[in-house]
Amino acid sequence: MLLQIKNLHVSINGKEILRGINLEVNKGEVHAIMGPNGTGKSTLANVIAGKEGYEITQGEILYNGKDIQKMPPEVRAQEGIFLGFQYPVEIPGVSMTNFMRTSLNEIRKYHGQEPIPAKEFLARMAEKKELVEITAKLTNRSVNEGFSGGEKKKNEIYQMAMLEPQLAILDETDSGLDIDALRIVANGVNKLKTSENATVVITHYQRLLDYIVPDFVHVLFEGKVVLSGGKELALELEEKGYDWIKKETEKR
Amino acid sequence: MSKELNSIPVLDSIPQWFDAIVGKEGNAFKGLQNVRTSALEDFNRLGFPNKKMEKWRSTDLKNVLSFDYSMATKDFLMKDILEEVFECEVQELDSYVMNLYKGRFVYKESPLHILDDGVIVGSLSAAFDKYPELVEKHFGKYAKTENNAFNALNTALFLDGLFVYIPKNVKVEKPLQLINAVGTTEDVFVQNRNLIILEENSQLTLIHCDDSYNYKRSFTNSVTEIVLGANASIDHYRLQNINNNSSLKSTVAVEQARDSRLNTNSIILNGGLIRNESFVTLNGEGAHADILGVYLADKNQHIDNQVYVDHAVPHCTSNELFKGILDDYARAVFNGHILVRRDAQETLASQNNANIILTDKAMINTKPFLEIYADDVKCSHGATVGQLDDSALFYIRQRGISEDNARMLLMYAFAAEVTQKIKIDSLRERVEDMVKKRLRGELSICDQCVLQCSNPEKYNFEIDMSKI
Amino acid sequence: MAQDEKRLIEEVTQSEYKYGFVTDIETETAPKGLNEDTVRYISTQKNEPEWLLEHRLKAFRKWKEMEQPNWAHLKIAEIDFQDIIYYAAPKKKKELASLDEVDPELIDTFNKLGISLEEQKRLSNVAVDAVIDSVSVKTTFTDTLAKHGILFCSFSDAVKNYPDLVKKYLGMAVSPSDNFFAALNTAVFSDGSFCYIPKGVRSPMELSTYFRINAANTGQFERTLIIAEEGSYVSYMEGCTAPQRDENQLHAAIVEIIAMKDAEVKYSTVQNWYPGNKEGKGGIYNFVTKRGICKGDHSKISWTQVETGSAITWKYPSCILSGDNSVGEFYSVAVTNNYQQADTGSKMIHLGKNTKSTIISKGISAGHSNNSYRGLVKMTKRATNSRNYSQCDSLLLGDQCGAHTFPYIEGANKSSIIEHEATTSKISEDQLFYCQQRGISQESAVGLIVNGYAKEVLNKLPMEFAVEAQKLLSISLEGSVG
Repeated sequence: MLLQIKNLHVSINGKEILRGINLEVNKGEVHAIMGPNGTGKSTLANVIAGKEGYEITQGEILYNGKDIQKMPPEVRAQEGIFLGFQYPVEIPGVSMTNFMRTSLNEIRKYHGQEPIPAKEFLARMAEKKELVEITAKLTNRSVNEGFSGGEKKKNEIYQMAMLEPQLAILDETDSGLDIDALRIVANGVNKLKTSENATVVITHYQRLLDYIVPDFVHVLFEGKVVLSGGKELALELEEKGYDWIKKETEKR
Repeated sequence: MSKELNSIPVLDSIPQWFDAIVGKEGNAFKGLQNVRTSALEDFNRLGFPNKKMEKWRSTDLKNVLSFDYSMATKDFLMKDILEEVFECEVQELDSYVMNLYKGRFVYKESPLHILDDGVIVGSLSAAFDKYPELVEKHFGKYAKTENNAFNALNTALFLDGLFVYIPKNVKVEKPLQLINAVGTTEDVFVQNRNLIILEENSQLTLIHCDDSYNYKRSFTNSVTEIVLGANASIDHYRLQNINNNSSLKSTVAVEQARDSRLNTNSIILNGGLIRNESFVTLNGEGAHADILGVYLADKNQHIDNQVYVDHAVPHCTSNELFKGILDDYARAVFNGHILVRRDAQETLASQNNANIILTDKAMINTKPFLEIYADDVKCSHGATVGQLDDSALFYIRQRGISEDNARMLLMYAFAAEVTQKIKIDSLRERVEDMVKKRLRGELSICDQCVLQCSNPEKYNFEIDMSKI
Repeated sequence: MAQDEKRLIEEVTQSEYKYGFVTDIETETAPKGLNEDTVRYISTQKNEPEWLLEHRLKAFRKWKEMEQPNWAHLKIAEIDFQDIIYYAAPKKKKELASLDEVDPELIDTFNKLGISLEEQKRLSNVAVDAVIDSVSVKTTFTDTLAKHGILFCSFSDAVKNYPDLVKKYLGMAVSPSDNFFAALNTAVFSDGSFCYIPKGVRSPMELSTYFRINAANTGQFERTLIIAEEGSYVSYMEGCTAPQRDENQLHAAIVEIIAMKDAEVKYSTVQNWYPGNKEGKGGIYNFVTKRGICKGDHSKISWTQVETGSAITWKYPSCILSGDNSVGEFYSVAVTNNYQQADTGSKMIHLGKNTKSTIISKGISAGHSNNSYRGLVKMTKRATNSRNYSQCDSLLLGDQCGAHTFPYIEGANKSSIIEHEATTSKISEDQLFYCQQRGISQESAVGLIVNGYAKEVLNKLPMEFAVEAQKLLSISLEGSVG
């Protein structure tokens, strides 16, 4: 099992956001986490990636069987966890090339590998750029600086392609994308799918799931997974709306 | 004489130096006798600045003025020093190089070159002899002495410096590099004076390096006046890399005519005490000034940048950006002052100073001032003191980069906002490389450092920037 | 457009000062001039204890050695400190039945100013201490407040009734030798307000002091002391006016606030001293030292000021954030017109850990006036993980005025963050046009836009004050377009 989350409770400044999440992700699977705004989807993504400011009050997160709670974010990344940010950060002055090369080499170093030869690196950049139909110009610029919303999201998938993570968590990667960009992003994700990796797609809308077909759909509501099912659950949700979830939850 | 005065030994020497250079013994620049005398009077009236003065509140000269500096008032033989002076060469930088040594102009054949297109480059003192009218028209008109003790002292005592004249419509492609090297067997007080004249529609790139090549203590008081004619354009770089025992007070006064463009960039890599003063007067409509600076300081270094921009006429734009990273016990000071005069309508001015403090011992004082008397203006200023952006740090670490390296990357990026604006590729690459090394601490580890400031032996070598 | 602008700006400069009348009341005054005898005279008039006289004399001796500060961006005509009357009190009429009764003429005066001293007529949730010239004439709601243990009275009464409290806290935030004007005030202060909120008490009503200068040739030197014990809360308001006179009159006040652990004090000022006429003749010289100490952990002091009056304003309400996690705030709108000059801002001194401060300053200059923001933010080494955010915006209306920003920022530790932002611009023509296109006259549009511009600060005022402040802003700038 790649990722196993058991009874996870998380608070921010004493306010409980996640109230007992259970989730299991195996290699080769695509999971979708859906739910209305403010139910803790991004919190879940950030906690898995190790962002500071979240307090885990109960439960555990196992990645490849290891408890990752005490791992700094870079070690989690080196272990193969990739977070596609909902709001990718602009880092003026750091070129994409420099950034990716540093990133790739640190990950290689962690696994006892030599730094990537420049030639190989450049070839890889060129190859991956094509995958997400990114123009050469974007990679010559500073990280996310002056990128449009769509460019930023493409850039996240491009980085995912460069780093080849084992577990990719894509936080609202579809938000703010027009239909073409959405197709490109989804295409990229699908092409990167292997039997050895897994993807967790966090989304508000069913729309993205027309392109990235999930094996499992989970509905997150008020800090809990209230419903899990196959891809048809997404369609049902689209049809009945989140109010239906609210009612179902109240019924129980 | 009071004890207070005796604590500045130089004060006792100044009258002798003045006599040797200007008075009965000396005879340099006869035409300047009156100017020099009145400048000395100004200095005697003003005295060295102290902390009680608003503009010097945060920079204390007491310590650096407590030494008994000497001044090389006598001429020296060029051949004796030519070998001593090093070449500050940025790899692959194709430039005309001019050297100043202990305040004197160093030359092999002739002190003054007159090129085919009418460009004059060389020693200011030689220019005074040969083109008195041209020099006197501008000399001392922009770096005022009445209220600036160091400008006054420089005007009274300077020995020489660089003179550049670019005639109308001439564009000098190759950068001109001025290297002021300090470092002798004794503690020296150096007064450099430079005058750069760009006539209408001309263009120049000037790199002004202040370097020390051994550990010896020095105090350099440098004054540069730059005159930009209508539509003239200058790219000016100050590269400051002196040892931790040395002090540098560097004034640049720029007068800008209509549609002229100033781009000045101060890159401060090392120095015991450095105070830069920039006075920019936008005196013709459509003039533009970019005034940039980056400072990296550690140990007990003290870096002070004073920027005074005078929007004297309408339709001018100015843009100031200074960034600094402070480590150990370092202290930095930034004083910005934008003055928009009553009639200077449609002024656009911005001023920004950002600082990162790495320890609880380092300190920054910043004062970004705006003084505005015209209403149709857009002026802004900002100052920040703080840490690296947490969200950026997390983003980088999420990509598998260690916290230390992520910090380094962000600091480098922080400085890069200024360094990437250097327009000469080879210079920019070299400076960025030096910044990188500086951030890694490689330049402050003494035994790896070319400055060898802790090495008490006289050390003489060629500096090859590629090896730094 | 240019013609229009001129006309409108002229209109602004002609707007009248509403509170310029003089009340004809008999006053008892000290002889002109300042020496140790003057100090003794004031002390005797007020039947003060020996220690307070000593305190005054000490301050006076300090003051004599000090020089008037000249670092502010102000042109100040020389003040002849010997040509000022340092004490003026309305004569009490003999036939008044009790001490509590107030001369009807004074009641009229305050009524004219819109301040009713009769409790039943007041908004029931504001208690007022009314100070005219050198003395407090009436404090309302003292009994109601006393039920909560809140002491609210004139400074003189406090000296009589609570000498221990006064002795303990007087000069704690502003020492007698703090600055030239503070020393002067300490030597000759005549009255003012005193307020003590006991532990755990939230004041049930807004407290306020109304200052009025009436007598000619007098200076007003009042003193306010607010002590908020652990866990208490009070919102305090201050208002001021003065008659229209050709001579400049000096006002040098001190406000001290002490906030203990978990206490919160909100201090609001609407300053509308006579600003002088349109040629810049007359008006109040307003030199005020206001300072609060956040002494206890988690304490909070918040200054809000709307400055529209005075020929010269020199004041820097400050917070010393000494308790850990304490909070300091400064919200200011300063309007200058005609030949008014203002040099105002705030000082935030961070001493404790995790301390936080906010400075929001909005300057509006019109006519021939000069309006400066001057402020200091200092993070000491000890003040780890502290934050400051400052924003100082200036708006220029007309091309004969000045707007200046002089921030002083000192950072000395690695974990704190200081951010300062400032912009200076004229009123947006796009905004004006937009309003006009919707049928709003240019004059109202300016009022609207300026009020919007100042909203962030006005919102911080208590309701009772916000309305007045908004009116004041519109009056001060009526019809001005830059």
